[in-house]
Amino acid sequence: MIRALGLRKSFGEVIAVRDVSFAARDGAITGLVGPNGAGKTTTLRVLYTVLRPDGGSASIDGIDVVRDPLAARSLLGVLPHASGLYPNLTARENIRYFGALHGDRGAALAARVEELVRLLELGPIADRRAKGFSQGERIKVAIARALVHSPRNLILDEPTSGLDVMAIRTLRDVLRRLRDAGTCILFSSHVMQEVTALCDAAVVIGHGRVLAHGTPAEICAGTGSANLEEAFVALLAQGQEVA
Amino acid sequence: MRALSVIFRKEVLENIRDRRTLVSALLFAPLFGPLLFAAMIGLILNKSVRESDEALTLPVAGIGHAPNLVRFLATARVTVRPASYDDASARRAIRDGKEHVVLLIPADYGERLAHAQPAPVYLYADSSDSSNAKYAQRARQVLASYARIIATARLEVRGINPLVVSPVVVQDVDVSTPAGRALLVLGMMTYFIMFAMLMGGLYLTIDATAGERERGSLESLLTTPVRRDTLIYGKILAACFYMLVSLAISIAAFSVSLRFVPLEQLGMTTNFGPLVALKMLLVAAPFVLLGASLMTVVASFTRSYREAQTWLTFVLLVPTMPIVFAGLMSVRPSLRLMLLPSMSQHLLMTSLLRDEGLPAGYVLVSAGSTLALGALLAWIAGRLYRRESILG
Repeated sequence: MIRALGLRKSFGEVIAVRDVSFAARDGAITGLVGPNGAGKTTTLRVLYTVLRPDGGSASIDGIDVVRDPLAARSLLGVLPHASGLYPNLTARENIRYFGALHGDRGAALAARVEELVRLLELGPIADRRAKGFSQGERIKVAIARALVHSPRNLILDEPTSGLDVMAIRTLRDVLRRLRDAGTCILFSSHVMQEVTALCDAAVVIGHGRVLAHGTPAEICAGTGSANLEEAFVALLAQGQEVA
Repeated sequence: MRALSVIFRKEVLENIRDRRTLVSALLFAPLFGPLLFAAMIGLILNKSVRESDEALTLPVAGIGHAPNLVRFLATARVTVRPASYDDASARRAIRDGKEHVVLLIPADYGERLAHAQPAPVYLYADSSDSSNAKYAQRARQVLASYARIIATARLEVRGINPLVVSPVVVQDVDVSTPAGRALLVLGMMTYFIMFAMLMGGLYLTIDATAGERERGSLESLLTTPVRRDTLIYGKILAACFYMLVSLAISIAAFSVSLRFVPLEQLGMTTNFGPLVALKMLLVAAPFVLLGASLMTVVASFTRSYREAQTWLTFVLLVPTMPIVFAGLMSVRPSLRLMLLPSMSQHLLMTSLLRDEGLPAGYVLVSAGSTLALGALLAWIAGRLYRRESILG
């Protein structure tokens, strides 16, 4: 369970996040949608504790991200927007390194890495150095890396950007499976079809505020739109007036 | 603690796999110094051996005007080569580099000498060209001693004790033996050693800071439940490891390469056996932490690999400044100087090479102050990694 309450964050003069509150349930995929510069990445960065909010609060499974960031991080798997690998380590070593940093070790860690190699179909590249990986291969390894400690919550910042159709299908499969196992998944996107295809709930943000929050159907109904894309455009237009 | 070792091992492994980094850290940097050095010392020794007994060949114009002078020159191991320069052509010959030095004896030389008037001879040389200075110097000395002989003879002829015109006798005592000169150069060896040590950690430091940010792996790393200062301490330790290896290779290479330099022929023992090498390693080692932390702090401010490379090249110079200074001013070890990192390592290592005793207090103060500054810089690096702007 990921909760945000009245989050606020500025960088100098620029207010990136004004007022963001929402909850992402366990066993559900929640999409954080908004145009570029809406405050998606900043919101996620506050949730995964690399930024401190100026105001408001956030928690992961009830643990406050400001007061106890280390505990919050061990409950979180994160795929940041920039998800580089270590080029001189193999895929398997990249994944194992993060497992070790999460405190896992030995046979249990090796078994978990093996499981992820299977789940994300990394077999052919598992023991190759990451130096020559394609964008799709890199992102799959980065996702495995984020999942290595079997987190109960998962945050992904634009995970599908740069992926081909097959890689996107694999990713969706993995996310659905994790959801069915009870994981709380929060991901950001500006591609509406993706949110429609995958999400149980959506949070629309623009200009640093939450413009709508609910199931895709509820959001469409709220704006009287036929699909999420039109609803999104309508919400942004309203948001513009408010701002 | 376990996280620290996880990070340390990963950084060490990753660096080992980067061939370019490894070659520059463990091969090029530590071996460059000793090789250059052996060649340099060899040259210096050869040169100083040659210089002292080289005969001077002196082109003399107007040789017929001063037959006695010419005979004297020959006895003073100066080979006289008759030449036909006048003032203008002598100047040209020097300026064009055809001659190092030219002696011109004017036609009235004999007459003036006979009348006990100062008889001028002209010595042409280019004083701005230091490589020629020794030729002119030598010629001047020989001419002066000829003049002294004539003066003495004149005084004796007039019944005056020649000693009355030498009220003060300056005796030059030149203590600059070739061995002493070699020691000055040996002092520069610590410069190479410190340089090699820093190079050993340079690329790892860049890769672990600016490189990690540029590749985009930093943000993921910061989402693991490891304190940020622990992350950076692990990286600093890995850099320390490689710096120690470079340091050891560099000292060992010096120890071996100096055996091939003919220092013994100058009656000088190199005193650089395995025990001295080990002691040098021990007195230099505390600087490793300082160097690694300093490079990490500087690299933390840079935005890209390239930028970090540029800045760290300057950092490579900083710890070597005191060494250059010490070499130029021939600073002697003192307890106060032991507080100054890099200067203290330089002085201690040089003392070891000279086979001078090392007071234990000096070694302790040097290690203590250097480690303290290193720890402070490591702590600062840790603080820097807690800033939000570290994400770039």
